[in-house]
Amino acid sequence: MTRLMTCAAALLALAACGRSGSDLDQTGPRPELPDARETLVPSMHIARPVGWGDAVPTVPAGYTVSALATDLKIPRQMLVLPNGDILVAEGRGGNAPALRPKDVLAGIIKKKGTTPVESGDRITLLRDANNDGRPEVRTVFIDNLNAPYGLAFVDGYVYVANQDELVRFPYQEGQTRITAPPQRVTRLPSEINHHWTKALTASADGQTLYVGIGSNSNVGERGMAVEEERAVVWAVDRTTGARRTVARGIRNPTALAIEPSTGALWAVVNERDEIGPQASPDYLTTVREGAFYGWPYSYWGQNVDPRVRPQKPELVARAVEPDYALGSHVAALGLSFARDGGFGGRFAEGAFVGEHGSWNRQDLAGYKVVWIPFAGGQPNGEPVDFVTGFLTGDGRARGRPVGVLFDPDRRILLVADDLSNTVWRVAPRR
Amino acid sequence: MTAIRRTGTALHRILLAFPTALFPAAMITDIAYLRTAQIQWSNFSAWLITGGLVFGGLVLVWSLAELALAFRTAGRAIHAIYAGLLAAMCLLGLVNAFKHSQDAWSSVGTFGLILSILCALLAIAAAALAFSGLLHPEVDQ
Repeated sequence: MTRLMTCAAALLALAACGRSGSDLDQTGPRPELPDARETLVPSMHIARPVGWGDAVPTVPAGYTVSALATDLKIPRQMLVLPNGDILVAEGRGGNAPALRPKDVLAGIIKKKGTTPVESGDRITLLRDANNDGRPEVRTVFIDNLNAPYGLAFVDGYVYVANQDELVRFPYQEGQTRITAPPQRVTRLPSEINHHWTKALTASADGQTLYVGIGSNSNVGERGMAVEEERAVVWAVDRTTGARRTVARGIRNPTALAIEPSTGALWAVVNERDEIGPQASPDYLTTVREGAFYGWPYSYWGQNVDPRVRPQKPELVARAVEPDYALGSHVAALGLSFARDGGFGGRFAEGAFVGEHGSWNRQDLAGYKVVWIPFAGGQPNGEPVDFVTGFLTGDGRARGRPVGVLFDPDRRILLVADDLSNTVWRVAPRR
Repeated sequence: MTAIRRTGTALHRILLAFPTALFPAAMITDIAYLRTAQIQWSNFSAWLITGGLVFGGLVLVWSLAELALAFRTAGRAIHAIYAGLLAAMCLLGLVNAFKHSQDAWSSVGTFGLILSILCALLAIAAAALAFSGLLHPEVDQ
């Protein structure tokens, strides 16, 4: 094991060619895109974990931050119920077999940057009725799930997107534990599950559930046969379970949310690896009906990826550009819109985006929560760092943000941190 | 002494048989991938090259030891050529293993196929030398 790591370290030294140009502007609607550049050894740099100790994340002046819950089992996405109770989905999924020597090695290296905690496969409930940041109640709300990720609440039912199916549970207001068996709404593609997370949100009218389903490979290297109904967003009818595919070629839509002023569906999406530190930015976009977003044949519109054969020029020709780039390899996993005036001031209209952080570039990117200002239902301006401090000065990771959740009733922002297994609570200072 | 030497040489040649078979096999699976774009062929190549490297590396170390022992004898030149062939095979094989760790078409491509052909030729050349009787004349007479 140690020998393998030494070996890997030597390879990293070989890969020193993966430098980023710091002057590139890779955020916003028109990111600068350098040409794709493949290196013999992919540029890998994982921030080694280190505990928070007494430290907490950094928030803007006038805000305070504290841990709402600790010792969770890999918290991912969150949901606020009508009575203010907070649900946290916990777990880790995926069952992709190692097909090449590379898969074995990369698996060992990537594991260095994640928590060793076992998958929770459950949903925890937190009740902080007086909004003081110290929950009075903490219970296991639903247990024995299969890598739950996306959550939604509509009309008396809690919907949970497991890694293999969308299920629902009847819910009575005030309930702190559900033992009823799950009712299946629809199965979800789960073979291999290279990208296993199933993002979930309900449409503005509550009738449709949108499910984000990630690709089964980086860029088709497991063959395109395993990519049927992958890299898509589904619209599922809440009552019948009937589904149709809204968008395709959307590599890994890790979080979905409805923009409150327009009712439009938005997603954060993770783009491809191993074509350079800054070739293909992750993005925030509206999910346009019938649109093809390029994967695997092209990225950011019609930039062709040379690794995919046979190529499909007819598909590339109709690939659409996403709305807003977040930066390459930042690994956006969380999306939540401010509602009802948000935090006010410059944080009144816009979206919070949780960036888990990079592994495929030498300079660490992401590892923070950013604010994307909106105006008239569209992004309007540069991203603003909102929660930082997840990295130490010497490039170690204290935490890694996943889901973010703005709760308009309490004026708080929650951030799930799947490295330290914490949910952070950010609130304006009183 | 002769018995030990014969056994040793036999073991050496058994190890050498692996890169001699695996590198040309990787060349063939590379060609199959480039003709069909069926990714399984490229996966085969990646493992074949890795196997060729592991056993080829052992043979290289062995050949370097023999070169050191034969350094003051008349057999020095032939041992140096043999070790040189194996060293080139391992070096190109390592580059090729990295090449085959890239994704989809890039896991082979033109460069990967060229490396696979060179590795196959070097492995066959080393084997031809080792089995020709020139390398270990005392065993082969």
